[in-house]
Amino acid sequence: MRRKITRRDAIFTGLASVGALALRYPRSLPPTYGSLLRMGDNLTYAAHRVLLPQQALVNEYEEKDITSFPAIGTTDPGSSGSPERARGYGRMQTGAFADWTLSVEGLVRTPRTFSLAELKRLPSRTQITRHTCEEGWTAIAKWTGIPMSVVLEAVGILPTARFVVSYSYDDFANSIDMLDAFHPQTILAYDMNGRDLSVPHGAPLRLRVERQLGYKGLKYLQRLVVTNEFDDGGTKGDLANGWSWYTGI
Amino acid sequence: MASHAVWVRVSHWIVTVGVLTLGYTGFVILMAHPRLYWGVAGNDLTPALIELPISRNYHHGGWAEASPLLQNRADGPISANRTYDIFNKNGWGRSLHFLAAWLVVVSGAVYFLLGIARGHFQARIWPIRTGVSRRDYSLQQKWVYSLVVFVAAPVVALTGLTMSPAVTAAFPLLLRVFGGYQSARTVHFFAFAALTLFLIVHVTMVARSGLRRQLRAMTFGE
Repeated sequence: MRRKITRRDAIFTGLASVGALALRYPRSLPPTYGSLLRMGDNLTYAAHRVLLPQQALVNEYEEKDITSFPAIGTTDPGSSGSPERARGYGRMQTGAFADWTLSVEGLVRTPRTFSLAELKRLPSRTQITRHTCEEGWTAIAKWTGIPMSVVLEAVGILPTARFVVSYSYDDFANSIDMLDAFHPQTILAYDMNGRDLSVPHGAPLRLRVERQLGYKGLKYLQRLVVTNEFDDGGTKGDLANGWSWYTGI
Repeated sequence: MASHAVWVRVSHWIVTVGVLTLGYTGFVILMAHPRLYWGVAGNDLTPALIELPISRNYHHGGWAEASPLLQNRADGPISANRTYDIFNKNGWGRSLHFLAAWLVVVSGAVYFLLGIARGHFQARIWPIRTGVSRRDYSLQQKWVYSLVVFVAAPVVALTGLTMSPAVTAAFPLLLRVFGGYQSARTVHFFAFAALTLFLIVHVTMVARSGLRRQLRAMTFGE
């Protein structure tokens, strides 16, 4: 006999679904500073986190789909910015980045630095993905790098961790939540199209956050900081520079 | 013809504010990269389908010497550095665009559901002859309204969603339906251009058939 759906069933199912979705609501939202625009950004962020599957992968393409790729923003920290920064990066570049290190700190059990050689010994992932620029253009490239989750697990993040803030050698910063940090396609890339990452594209290591726009994929990585409170790098971050923090749209 | 129902009047004006904002910010966003493409990928280093002369970024100001991106293919994909400071107001342009999109999508969805529930579409919009009163919309008008409500508006919304990397990770079908990100962007532009054309004709006809009376009817009922 077919079971009748009673009003009580319907109400309980409805409440349970709303409850389950509410659990997915982000516990910490970026500040809006009273801006209606940033409130809209937060609405989009919360809606994506509540409504979309949490670990869905972006489409991956074939070798033959690789396209030309403009290099924009900073294209050489060795010849721009402060003389000090230019000298520092220039020296590392001359030494084929043997002196370069990535520092991982904040809410982690064992803060430490990684050399490029150490990072390359960790498990890697290769993916051919579409880069989507906020300007409106797209490009396809093959990236190889270490999943951010591998690095975070190597240093042991603490249970209160919520965000990973990245700082770069060209004085920018950016942050992502743990859902994107642990997304399988979020990688620290050292190889583009089968070659060492070039300077215009962020040598020696850049971030790829495939479910968000290109500018979340910080180039010239220097430091990762795990935090429990929202932090996007302050004056070096998206919000202070007039840009949306969440760019899954 | 009965007067416009309250929910029709309210959603009409909310959608008006939203669509005008979407048009304005959409234009500002397009100014940052006034090139349209077909397929998955397209950028200044690949051929465009159409280039629009709407900002100083038209035909781009210049690129440094290009270098090949693949080791074994000198004539293959390239990389180049920009030598030109582009026009780009997307910091607020995109956020305002999405704020307006929320407004239109939410009120549009309410309009759509009520339109079905109240039999509004069947009685007034769907292109069938119901005409008993000479004040009903003509069949021609119904066709145009139907194309706007059931074709152009959903296409604009869906192609907009297709440009979201987080949404297409969850629903890759969208990319297949529209033939890739850049195709969706191009369709988004032309579908909105069609809506703009409708808007011009709509406002002209409202003005010619008694602007004050029509505005009163759409604001306060009759």
